[in-house]
Amino acid sequence: MQKVLPDPSPLARPYFDGCREGQLLLQSCQTCDKPQFYPRVVCSHCGASTLHWTPASGRGSVASFTIVRRAVSQAYDAPYVLALIDLAEGPRMMSQVIDVDIDTMTVGIEVSVAFEAWSDEIDMPVFRPV
Amino acid sequence: MGLDDVVIVGMAETDLGVVTDRGPMELGVQATKLALDDAGLDLRAIDGLITCNSLVHPVMYHAEATAEYLGIEPRHCLSVGTGGGTTFTALRYAAAAIQTGMAHTVVVSMADSMRSFMTRERAMIVQASSGHPLYEQPYGPTVPAYYALIARAHMAEFGTTEEQFAEAMVSSREWSAMNPTAQYRERITVNDVMTSKPIADPLKMLDCSIVSDGGAAIVLTSRERAADLPHAPISILGYGEGHSYEHISQSKNLTTSAALRSGQLAYADAGLTARDIDIAQLYDCFSPALLIQLEDLGFCDKGEGGAFLQSGATRPGGSLPVNTHGGMLSHCHPGNPGAMFGLTEAIAQFRGLAGPRQQQDPQHILLHAQGGIMSSHATVILGRGV
Repeated sequence: MQKVLPDPSPLARPYFDGCREGQLLLQSCQTCDKPQFYPRVVCSHCGASTLHWTPASGRGSVASFTIVRRAVSQAYDAPYVLALIDLAEGPRMMSQVIDVDIDTMTVGIEVSVAFEAWSDEIDMPVFRPV
Repeated sequence: MGLDDVVIVGMAETDLGVVTDRGPMELGVQATKLALDDAGLDLRAIDGLITCNSLVHPVMYHAEATAEYLGIEPRHCLSVGTGGGTTFTALRYAAAAIQTGMAHTVVVSMADSMRSFMTRERAMIVQASSGHPLYEQPYGPTVPAYYALIARAHMAEFGTTEEQFAEAMVSSREWSAMNPTAQYRERITVNDVMTSKPIADPLKMLDCSIVSDGGAAIVLTSRERAADLPHAPISILGYGEGHSYEHISQSKNLTTSAALRSGQLAYADAGLTARDIDIAQLYDCFSPALLIQLEDLGFCDKGEGGAFLQSGATRPGGSLPVNTHGGMLSHCHPGNPGAMFGLTEAIAQFRGLAGPRQQQDPQHILLHAQGGIMSSHATVILGRGV
């Protein structure tokens, strides 16, 4: 059994290309100047379509997390830390926190992005404590 | 025609719990037939049919397929898909169809067979597929994990404890112990919840709703037509919806949901407040969902949901009986139809048929359901028939 692997649409391709190159990319709106995640054809803040890709710092904090004890399928090794990350630039994203002692994991810890090769085509952004 | 002119005149539940000899379509059809019998109406009286699709045996055009199975030709068919919120969205569409003359008598029927017609492994994957296919699902979320993210955020912000979440199941079993149709009827303690199998911290097995087979249906028609039917009609006093995101990673506030807006709209529509509600039938898919609905629907202050549950307010004899049938934590949760049983229980309470669970002359019952991960909310307030 295989993990759920993203099948990037043309719109999402730059994001996953960025991941392969070790860079977390966000869309930023040239009209209202705000970044957004996930990528869209419109700005979810102001509705403009003047979006361009900008590199994110890769830093963020844990908005919430759970230690998954019963995995979604046999492809995932429980326990694993599923988390919502508030990126320094503002947007929130789901990810996993790796290289952390699950007994001391707390909301609010600072994390930074890392990339894991999940297949020949896909590198997934995950986070580890700073 | 206003919402005042539309009433509920019939309801029924199928066999519930573990039902191995009939699948989702058969249960849905059985619910429809029984609800019409209850309303004193013939199958041919239906000119509107609203259903939700089955997760176990999905079909392309569900309401139409159900009508065909029944051998009827309604002039209005609709399959609603707002997840767990479907029940009350469907109820409101049914009322709207009657208000606008699209139909005179509408059945809302829902059933599924998550327990007996789908493996646990498959059910995990199907349900988790509500996550975003590119930006969430790859990380291995499960549905309990999505709700665990909400629970953990509530703990961090308000100091809510795991023991307080555990009270949800304790309360649920106090009610289901009095309900012979409930799938789980054994009373339990906070310690039983705390020592149940860890699923996704801080949630354990007994913070999670059960998996069931079953279906239910209700019949709506005009107040004018209801005058000739056997049961006192039940009024729809207020309705509201709230939608603030679909995917949990897009939530701007993990501890206040769009149930706040949904509830405010329903209260305003009915001209009532939370203090006027005699019974609340809430969407207890996971303990934190119930706790946050108690806050967002105004039954206690924000951040006080844990203490409110711990006070026993939601249990038999408490100030706000919640899920008097046992809810989805103990009574029946076949998938999307889960909230139907809060609705049939509300009707039974109005009719005085709830046996040992019966509350004295309830006037106003609030029902709330939500789809996704506390994403799509619908609130309805029902009033006693006259």
